[in-house]
Amino acid sequence: MDAKKLIAARVAQELKDGDVVNLGIGLPTLIPDYLPTDVHITLQSENGFLGMGPLEGEPLPDLVNAGGKACGMVPGTAFFDSAMSFAIIRGGHVDATVLGGLQVDQEGNLANWMVPGKMIPGMGGAMDLVTGAKQVIVAMEHATKDGGAKILKRCELPLTAAGKVTAIATELAFFRFVDGQLVLTETAPGVSLDEIRAKTEADYVVSPECREMCLPA
Amino acid sequence: MSAPSKRMTHADLRPKLKDGMSIMFGGFLAVGTPLGIVQEILDAGIKDLTIIGNDTATPDIGIGRLIAARRVKKVIASHIGTNAETGRQMIAGEIEVELVPQGTLAERIRCGGSGLGGVLTPTGVGTIVEEGKTKLSFDGVEYLVERGLRADLAILKAHIADEKGNLVYRRAARNFNPLMALAADFVAVEADSIVAAGEIEPDLVMTPGVLVDALILSGEC
Repeated sequence: MDAKKLIAARVAQELKDGDVVNLGIGLPTLIPDYLPTDVHITLQSENGFLGMGPLEGEPLPDLVNAGGKACGMVPGTAFFDSAMSFAIIRGGHVDATVLGGLQVDQEGNLANWMVPGKMIPGMGGAMDLVTGAKQVIVAMEHATKDGGAKILKRCELPLTAAGKVTAIATELAFFRFVDGQLVLTETAPGVSLDEIRAKTEADYVVSPECREMCLPA
Repeated sequence: MSAPSKRMTHADLRPKLKDGMSIMFGGFLAVGTPLGIVQEILDAGIKDLTIIGNDTATPDIGIGRLIAARRVKKVIASHIGTNAETGRQMIAGEIEVELVPQGTLAERIRCGGSGLGGVLTPTGVGTIVEEGKTKLSFDGVEYLVERGLRADLAILKAHIADEKGNLVYRRAARNFNPLMALAADFVAVEADSIVAAGEIEPDLVMTPGVLVDALILSGEC
């Protein structure tokens, strides 16, 4: 299983039947493919609707996801304006948001919207999502392309929100924040605790119940 | 006696378009942006604009064309990453960009149009967004004071309008349009169709017509 699919499959296990979920662009959009058949979630799209689905057949006018790509909608979809969309997000009506990260730290801080002097696309809806969703799951590769740690003692890049991350899923490990403490709860198949330690700068504890991820074949 | 008609052509907007004005534009990556009005603004040649909206689309589509044509002095938006020209001009110091979290931008526009001085939001607390802003704390939660926003002109896209200016939007094209209808001194709407008053079921009206000053049929360039 490649890294992205593994991460998506593991995050899918965090979602419960009936959850309202906002998925970031990229890797998180793979997650619905890994939901068990008895788990049905409603996807929120911050450009203004609940009920997003995969594109089936010809695209409909004015129906795009938050990345501007044509998408589908399920029966019972509701459209609304941006104030309602972010009232839903900020007001705690979204059960989980899953988004990528450039850096996460042991305080639950997330940085994922800019690299000063290099990449300043803007935060879009990310700051509101990370502030308002009940669960904030960061789905990302464990290290940078040149092997640098991304799970740090303290984020160096500008934050998206402070202290809001609830879980981190990577191709090596699954971490959860428990009472403000970063806890390693699962390892990916074939990955040792030593390897995770070597590739993680943050301080964390290993859960007494830490086990190998249980992933679909 | 009936009220004066709001019907206009794109060219009738020309006297309203002035150098240095502020323009709010509906749309999310150009979905819900009135493309004919953007063309009219380009043709009018006005410059030094402040534009306010979710994003700057792409250099070829929607409001992004005004950036590419160097008509913009300042951008207030949540995202500029899809238009490389916005980033390039920002880094070169040619335009000013104020990045605002998307939900905060929506609320600032809503406040600007609703007689409210601002809104308290937890979004941005502990980030660079809080720099220079008043912070208040209630029940142990910190909030930023975010001020209302208004503009000289709002340019909106509707799917159906009636002669009174009542509007219905289609699918994801609604986004910022209904909020901006409240927050500008002059509100111009481009609609795919314009029907007689009474043709839209009153319960289904999304923006009440009194907020609309000009109605232009799409394609009536």
